[in-house]
Amino acid sequence: MSKRTHVTTTINNKSVDFLCEPRQSLLEVLRDVLFLTGTKDGCNDGNCGACSVIMDGVLVDSCCILGVEAEDSEIETIEGLAQNGELHPLQKAFLEQTGMQCGICTPGFLMAAKALLDKNPQPDEQQIRHWLAGNLCRCTGYDKLIRSVMIASESMAEA
Amino acid sequence: MNNPEPLAKEFRVLGTRPIRPDGLDKVTGRALFSDDFYLPDMIHGRILRSPHAHAKIKSIDTSAAAALPGVRAVVTGADFPPIESKMMSQGVAGMINIGDVADNCIARDKVLYDGHAVAGVAADNPHVAEEAVNLIKVEYELLPPVMDVRTAMAADAPVIHEDFYPGAFILPTEKYLPNATRMQMGSGDLEKGFAEADIIVEREFTSETIHQGYIESHITTVKWDENNHITVWTATQGIFNLRDLTAGVLLVPMANVKVVPLEVGGAFGGKERMYLEPIAAMLSKKSHHAVKIALRRDEVLRATGPSSGTYVKVKFGAKKDGTLVAADLHLAYEAGAYAGGPIFLGAISSTSRYNIPNIQINGFDVIVNKPTMRPYRAPGAPQALFAVEQVIDELARELEMDIIDFRMKNLTKTGDLLVAGFPCAPIDTVNMMETVKAHPHYTAPLTGENQGRGLAYTMWFNLGEASSAQISINPDGSVQVTTSCPDMSGTRMTFAMQAAEALGIDVEHVTASVGDTEAVGFSLPTVGSRTTYATGAVIYDIAQEVLGEMSARVALLWETDSELVIVDKGVFSNKEDANLTMSFHEVCEKLHETGGPITVHNSKSSQSFIPGTCVHLTDVEVDPETGKVDILRYTVFQDVGKAVHPDYVEGQMQGAAVQGIGMALNEGYFYDAEGHLKNASLLDYRMPTTLDIPMIETVILESPNPAHPYGVRGCGEHSIIPPPAAIANAIHDAVGVRMNSMPMAPHKVCAAIKQKQAADA
Repeated sequence: MSKRTHVTTTINNKSVDFLCEPRQSLLEVLRDVLFLTGTKDGCNDGNCGACSVIMDGVLVDSCCILGVEAEDSEIETIEGLAQNGELHPLQKAFLEQTGMQCGICTPGFLMAAKALLDKNPQPDEQQIRHWLAGNLCRCTGYDKLIRSVMIASESMAEA
Repeated sequence: MNNPEPLAKEFRVLGTRPIRPDGLDKVTGRALFSDDFYLPDMIHGRILRSPHAHAKIKSIDTSAAAALPGVRAVVTGADFPPIESKMMSQGVAGMINIGDVADNCIARDKVLYDGHAVAGVAADNPHVAEEAVNLIKVEYELLPPVMDVRTAMAADAPVIHEDFYPGAFILPTEKYLPNATRMQMGSGDLEKGFAEADIIVEREFTSETIHQGYIESHITTVKWDENNHITVWTATQGIFNLRDLTAGVLLVPMANVKVVPLEVGGAFGGKERMYLEPIAAMLSKKSHHAVKIALRRDEVLRATGPSSGTYVKVKFGAKKDGTLVAADLHLAYEAGAYAGGPIFLGAISSTSRYNIPNIQINGFDVIVNKPTMRPYRAPGAPQALFAVEQVIDELARELEMDIIDFRMKNLTKTGDLLVAGFPCAPIDTVNMMETVKAHPHYTAPLTGENQGRGLAYTMWFNLGEASSAQISINPDGSVQVTTSCPDMSGTRMTFAMQAAEALGIDVEHVTASVGDTEAVGFSLPTVGSRTTYATGAVIYDIAQEVLGEMSARVALLWETDSELVIVDKGVFSNKEDANLTMSFHEVCEKLHETGGPITVHNSKSSQSFIPGTCVHLTDVEVDPETGKVDILRYTVFQDVGKAVHPDYVEGQMQGAAVQGIGMALNEGYFYDAEGHLKNASLLDYRMPTTLDIPMIETVILESPNPAHPYGVRGCGEHSIIPPPAAIANAIHDAVGVRMNSMPMAPHKVCAAIKQKQAADA
């Protein structure tokens, strides 16, 4: 077993220290070291987006980032999306509009959609489709999922 | 028989759209999927897989792997008990050859496909396990691979199994060729039928092997303890199926195996069978640790799931007035490495929606060097429909008839004898066709060049079979419903809704869960669009028993006969004294003073085969330069009996349609000549993304199913069936070419257009 590296980072606004092997991905660290299992492993290959997290404001596939690269960064995961027990408008919309079925891709879609709304609070349908094209959902056919993002965006504008 | 009467019933709960109970955990990342399960002493397994499609295993040397620090156990086929080929029955729809299941889990003498498991390693972490797997040396003697159905059925084909048991997926087939079994069905006189025909169309079609494509891989955690009790924590469509197969392969009593269901991250048919549990169990036994195995995505594609590639030849004859008089179908479906593919379902669903007096179907279940074919949402049906609905479209156009009028002329209605040999159960198929015809999409003008509209119609059947459930009521008026059918996309909600409807209470007072194999009795897996329908019907029956027992308690309190107590919408009253009433809640409060808890468990098995229909209507635009097909508009019409939760029903219609669109346009396994899978990643096995499709419009029709107390039909599978045929018909309407090969990828469409241009010139 290779020597482990000490990493200091910030996850969901909380300072976090962990030890990881150089070969461990951020996804593996989140799940197997920190037990933040809301971030999902769908392909471990950057093709499905189930492991989407926001790192220093940028949407990334955490399977394609090494754990050691998290040093001194700010990471947002699904566990931090609800604040003080209050669901994020995206979470509310996914619940109320049936924007999910099995739920395995849901955390990845929510983080990807959050990254979109952070940049562009009022995207149109085509902009949403472009932004979310890196995330695969096999259950919904995307219809209700995309409508959920549109409704979340509207509700945030009203708030 | 007549069409079903419209439901007179007014529902309080069914047809509403409450928020799913499991939703909160899923939007917060708290839901426990198979990969999210950890045990303190857990170690990690990896599997060595064959790089060859067809080979004899001459020797396996595991010594270097076993010696690697951090490795706790290594297993090969030699560690497992030999299992005879024999059929294990879980009911009509659940005939399983346990010997083949065992051999598919880990190869012994021969590997039969690229990705066939050969050895397993358990180590302290997955990386060490992976390193160890790569240290195992296997000597193979290569054999010629057999990679498609026509090669496998040829006279000089290499023989894959020296001897094999014919498969049975619903109905048994008979051995016919060294690599194939056959089933036949039909009626009438084919020769006479074709002699009466004014027009005959004969066409051939092919399709590639495809995968269900669930985003959650196959992941299991297994502990084999010192008392020979085995516990499995995993995502599966069938906890009892998995329990019985694990027990059958490891030769332990079924009651010694406990399967604990975790959230299922997509399955679509691909998680109703066992792959990993025997290897994980044996690694656990040897290492004395719980062992978790998580398949990589390439392993999922190479070794699990897929659904049959096919070769289909059909010949249809019709009279000038549009009456179908004869049909001859030859359906050859890949079974994969072991017999038992979906040929029966492909056969019965190919033509059941039409009355054809003279018909013959020859179905072939063909063994090839690919993974064992497993069900994929309406198994076998889209491939047959791709052929038949294109020929129907061609006949209608040749006869210059409206494509709906042509279909209506031949429409199967309630009571008509189906090709499978039984009458069509009640359903209003005429209303389906009239609804489509009246819909604005059917007559909306197309707005550009190279645009076309296509339609396809299907009738599919949902299963009944065994289901068990339990209802317990609590002194505070809340109710628990426990079933043994895993929830793939909202059935806990639809169970809670049916229980609330039956008990006359609000759905907020009902919690539905999926129990483990020690909590509830046997259910067939969540397959065949059966769960909301069949398990729902059991829940209804149990609710009546609960109300009966509660009425007895009320009678006790009122010191009267229980026959005098009636219950309606959650209120108990006395037939002889209108002023005497008790609410459901009030009766619950008296539970422990009137005889103790009320818990009713029941199991029921019904052999129903309930028809459900759908029509898909789509507009496409074809780029004649590149062959790329864009879907401009897509409408799904589906008859679901009673839509228990319309959001979920629409979700099934939309999700299934998009899977069908993926199958139609993009998806397919690509094997090289040696039988290596060349596109085992989600980049290269190209499933639809948000950019590939428009919104999917839905039209729910509700012709009630008399076999269910609330008229429910299964609705999960049907809408995957029509997309390939509907899109093919739209492509023809757009650019005048008939597509005979799935997926209709740009290069094929482009080639067909070029060929047509050359022929026209």
